[in-house]
Formats: sequence, C-alpha cells, structure tokens
Amino acid sequence: MKRLMSLAAFSAMLMCGTAQAQQVTVKIGVMSDMSSLYADIGGPGSTAAAKLAIADFTKANPNVKVDLLSADHQNKADVGSSVVNQWFDVEKVDLVIDVPNSGVAFAVSEIARSKNKTFIVSGAAASDLTGGKCNANTVHWTYDTWMLANGTGKALVKTGGDTWFFLTADYAFGHALDRDTSAAVEANGGKVVGRVRHPLNTNDFSSFLLQAQASKAKIIGLANAGGDTINSIKAGAEFGIVKGGQKFAGLLVFASDVNALGLNTAQGLTLTESWYWDLNDTNRAWTKRWQAERAAAGKFPTMVQAGVYAGVTHYLKAVVAEKSAADGKAVVERMKSIPTDDPLFGKGTIRADGRKVHDVFLLEVKKPAESKYPGDFYHLRATIPAAEAFRPLKDGNCPLAKS
Amino acid sequence: MFELCIPEFLGGRCIPSMALFSQLLIGLINGSFYALLSLGLAVIFGMLNIINFSHGAQYMMGAFVAYLLLQHLGLNYWMALIFAPIIVGAIGVAMERLFLQWLYKLDHLYGLLLTFGVALIIEGMFRNQFGSSGLPYQMPEALTGGQNLGFMFLPNYRAWVIVASLTVCLGTWFIIERTKLGSYLRAATENPALVSAFGVNVPRMITLTYGFGVALAAFAGVMAAPIYNVSPQMGAELIIVVFAVVVIGGMGSIMGAIVTGFGLGVIEGLTKVFLPEWSNTVIFIIMAIVLLVRPAGLFGRRT
Repeated sequence: MKRLMSLAAFSAMLMCGTAQAQQVTVKIGVMSDMSSLYADIGGPGSTAAAKLAIADFTKANPNVKVDLLSADHQNKADVGSSVVNQWFDVEKVDLVIDVPNSGVAFAVSEIARSKNKTFIVSGAAASDLTGGKCNANTVHWTYDTWMLANGTGKALVKTGGDTWFFLTADYAFGHALDRDTSAAVEANGGKVVGRVRHPLNTNDFSSFLLQAQASKAKIIGLANAGGDTINSIKAGAEFGIVKGGQKFAGLLVFASDVNALGLNTAQGLTLTESWYWDLNDTNRAWTKRWQAERAAAGKFPTMVQAGVYAGVTHYLKAVVAEKSAADGKAVVERMKSIPTDDPLFGKGTIRADGRKVHDVFLLEVKKPAESKYPGDFYHLRATIPAAEAFRPLKDGNCPLAKS
Repeated sequence: MFELCIPEFLGGRCIPSMALFSQLLIGLINGSFYALLSLGLAVIFGMLNIINFSHGAQYMMGAFVAYLLLQHLGLNYWMALIFAPIIVGAIGVAMERLFLQWLYKLDHLYGLLLTFGVALIIEGMFRNQFGSSGLPYQMPEALTGGQNLGFMFLPNYRAWVIVASLTVCLGTWFIIERTKLGSYLRAATENPALVSAFGVNVPRMITLTYGFGVALAAFAGVMAAPIYNVSPQMGAELIIVVFAVVVIGGMGSIMGAIVTGFGLGVIEGLTKVFLPEWSNTVIFIIMAIVLLVRPAGLFGRRT
C-alpha cells in the first residue's frame, strides 16, 4: 500500500513536472497609434500581424498559450507610460511590441528595463534606442534613422546626388534623421548646402520648397514623415521641382504614404525599407492572410507591421527555449543568442546592443504606366546586405556593446 | 539686386529681393485658404452666433466628397467644385435642424462644445473608413503646369486658387453687405421677432445661412484636395489657425475675415523664410497682441 502510494505520488509528480515543462503562458501587448497619423503604419494592422504570428506559433507549439492585448498611446509619452505600467503591474504583460513614435518608445523602453520585461520596437525610428539609450530589455526590430539615412543617403550620393538641402521636421525624430543623413552624405563625399526646419504638421510647403529650389541642391532630403512628407512631395510636383532637375529623397516613406500620394506624384522617389509586400511569394502570401485578418482587402502591410509579426515569432521562440517569459532580461539575452529566422525577414541576428540586423532594400517608386496592379509600388534598385545596413556596433555608444 | 535681412539676434537670414516677391505671392495663396475658411466661420458667427468648431471637419468632408465623387461617380474636379459644397452644405443643414437650432438662446459655449464634439465624431468615422494616411487626388489636367513669372515659377493651380477664392470671398461679402437678401439676414440677427413680423421665415433663413457657411468650408476642401494631403485630420490641423485669423479680424466681421485671412497668409509666408521654426506660432503671437490692444479684433465692432 505504502509502495503504491509513493508510486502514485511519484507519477503524479512526474505528470505535474511534464505539464509544467510544457505549458508556457505568455501575455503580449501591442501598443501603437491606433487612431491618428501613424495608425496606417502600425495601428490595428500591427495587432493583426501579432495575431497571425501567435496563430502560426501556437499551431506548431500547442503547449504555448498566448494572450494578446492592444492599446492606443495617442502619440503621448505620458499616455503610453501609464498604459504600459498598468500592463506590467496589473495585467502581467510580458512583452510590449511596436510603439511607433520615438518619444513614446523611449519612455516604454525605460519602464521595461526598470520592471525587467521585454520591449520590441517596430514602429519607432530613433537610432538612439540602440545607441546611447539602449538597455538589456529592448530589441529594435524593423528599421532606424541610421539605416534610412545610410541606405538612401549613400545610394543617392553614389549616383551623383552630391549636394543636399534638408526639409527637417522640427522635433527629435526630424533632427535625428537630419543628423544621421548629413553624416552619411558627407562620409560619402557629398555636401549639405542648406536646411530649413519646419514645424510638425505644416500644411503648405511651397515656401520651403522655393528656398530649396533657390539652393540649387541636387537632392532635397525630406527628414520628416507622414502628412508632412506627403505635402512636401505634392507641392514639389506642382512647383516643378522634379522637372527642374532636382530630386526628392524620402528619408522615411512607407507604402501607405506612396498610396496616399498616388504614383503620378510619387514616381521616381527613392527610399529605403526593410520589407516590401511584393518582394517575393512568401510576402505576397502573408499579405493575403494579413488582409483577411485585418478585413481590409485594398490595404497593404507596411514594414512596421511585418516587423511585429517577425518580432513576436522570434520572441516566442526565445520564451520556449527559456521555458518562461518572466525574466525579461533573460528572454532578450536568449533572443540575442539564437539566430533569427522567420518567413518575412529571413535569417538574421540581434546584436548585443539590441539592434536586429537584416538586409534592407533600396526602392524606387514606379511610374503609373509600370504599375500593373494595386499595391505595385516599387522597383527594387539594390539590396543592402545586413552587415552594411545598420550602424556599426562600435559607433552606437551603447554601454551593452562595450562589455 | 539687393538682399533683405532680418536682425542678427533673430537668426540673420537673408534673401534676395526677387525671392521676396515669390514668397509674398505664396503667402497670398495660403491666405486664400485662410480667407475662405474664416469667411465661412464669420458668416456663421455673425448670423447665428454659433462658434462653428466643426468647420475643419466640414472642410475635410469637402475634400473627401470630391474624392468619392471622382472614384464612384466619375465626376471630375469641376463638378466636385459644385456638388461637394452642395452635399456637405445639406449635411450642415441637417445638423442645424437636428442640433444647433436648440442652442441659439444659450451661451456661445454650448454651440462650441456641440460642434467640437460633432467634429470629433466625423473625423473618427472618416478615420475608421479611410485610414489615417490619406488618399490621392489628381489635379485637373487644365490646371497643371505653370507660368514663369521671371522671379518665380507660378503653378497654374495656385493662380486659380487666388482667383477663385477672391471671387467667392468678395461675392459673399457683396451678398451679405450690399443686397436686399443680405439686409434681411443682418436684420434677422439684430431682431428676429420684428423681421418675422414682416413675413420673413427667419428660422429657414438661419438654417440656409448655416448651410451656406458649411458649403464655403467644403468649397475650400475641394480646392485643397489636389495640393494638400486628403486625410481625416487635415481640417483639425488647419482650423486652429483659422480661428486665430477670425479672432484677429474680429468675430463676425465679413470683410475683416477676408482681409486678415490674406494678410496673415502673407505674414506667415514671410516667417517661413526668415524664421521657419516660428511659422506655426507667429499667427498666435499676433492674436495675443491684437487681443491686448483691440479685444474686439481689428475689424470687430465693440459691443
């Protein structure tokens, strides 16, 4: 009897043990701009991407249970902070992902560090997230200002665009993009002949464009985003900037912006992205699934949304390897030690400073006549290999990279 | 050729005198939009005593209706210029009948809050339906290209904006200040009871006036569609500036709204050259000064 009891206890223990080893519960929060200017870049499309990633992963790993939350940070650092604090403390969220808007991303990154959770940036651009302000709980997935600057800036200087005039959005992101691009232009033998800093959300750019025109610079670099970029390019087409021989460099242009401009206006624009829906069959198939999930047949996913999919996928892999999501620092450590491999970004790595590196693409917007179907936006002009696409580890001034 | 500079402590930027002409012209073009929008606000405030905060949303609806007419009915820009104001104006009329007519006797604040709420609802609905990044709207073929004026390249469309806006502005001023219909309107604002005693249907006149003010906003929206980003938040960004223009001009003054609209466009344009970082702020600085010196605005009547 005694033997039987102990056997039962032993087997119960065993069962318990295996159950514990297998069952992993994870809670993920997608925080994005759900209702304002960046809502098409990340927003509900990012939540849809996260859902797809979770569905794919739990299908292959039925022992993993994932809960998904989403919230709107309204582009306000204080709103973002209070939501994330509540997520971490009350809802027991393990991972926060996306956060377009560098201001909010800096705040979230700091909270994730202090509470030892995980933060994957997809939507925010500032390269300082893996530079001076890096930490061991943050991974920057999709792109950053250095990558944009280096991709577009270098390519244009090399093809003869050696004098630049900047239209710069007058806040942290615009300054960072202007700084990184100027550095890339000058490092490749180009020259910055002038710049004008315009307020965020400027309606009319014609005055600034006349200044850019008068500067005789070959390239007009748009260190701004969203509506500002669209209004700059629209006015540029009208004032004959491109016909006059000058060229725009869109330093942060998403597929959704090109759609808003229309190809007739946007044609010839050079830009850099790390993911494009029409690049290969895998991306196209994924886009179909995303459109079904998002219930938006005419929309096309952006690199930010693809980054959310890939980020969630890799995170879950690391959590399974770690057998728990509780220790954010350990999970990020694991994310860095196992190589990344997902259908959308292919094989890559995450560096010590938290920077995910992968190939990026130099694209050019097609002429209307060359576009065969909706969403057929770009010619692929060059592929920049992962090793060159991002800021070298040693130049970032990130303390994690030094140890 | 000489150069114009601003003092060293303000940054000391210089531009050649030729460039100044072009910047003045650009300012005038932007002023056309301010004038058109502040005119609508002034008409509505002057006649109905309603501070119409949904004016920005109605401007945005004008641009979207133009887009929808083109996409679904194949109606081009010129047709949109006529039909979009009528459609959006009709929506305005419905809004006046449903909500605003109950508020005339109350404090201005109620109308302001109601129209502000309506604006948020409209913008939210458009964002849900069309997303936030905007829609493309092609410029009509006849207005593409431009003229070389010697000192600048003037796109034909911008020239058209000035002409159309001036025509509409002065026409509106003429109707309200110089015709019999206008005199009825003005009388109805002063003393509605007496005017209705003469057999004039005052409530209907007020409703149509609101509809007209809204149609002006929609007209500006169609004008903006080919050159600015057609997005749900396009009106919210502009409306704050336009309110400042109305306050500077004097609430309810028709001519005041037109003159200050153009004038502030020019001042803002010059700021974009000499102190670009200040270009979004300069109008509010002027507003603060005007409110200190002339609280009723430059053209306002003291009440």
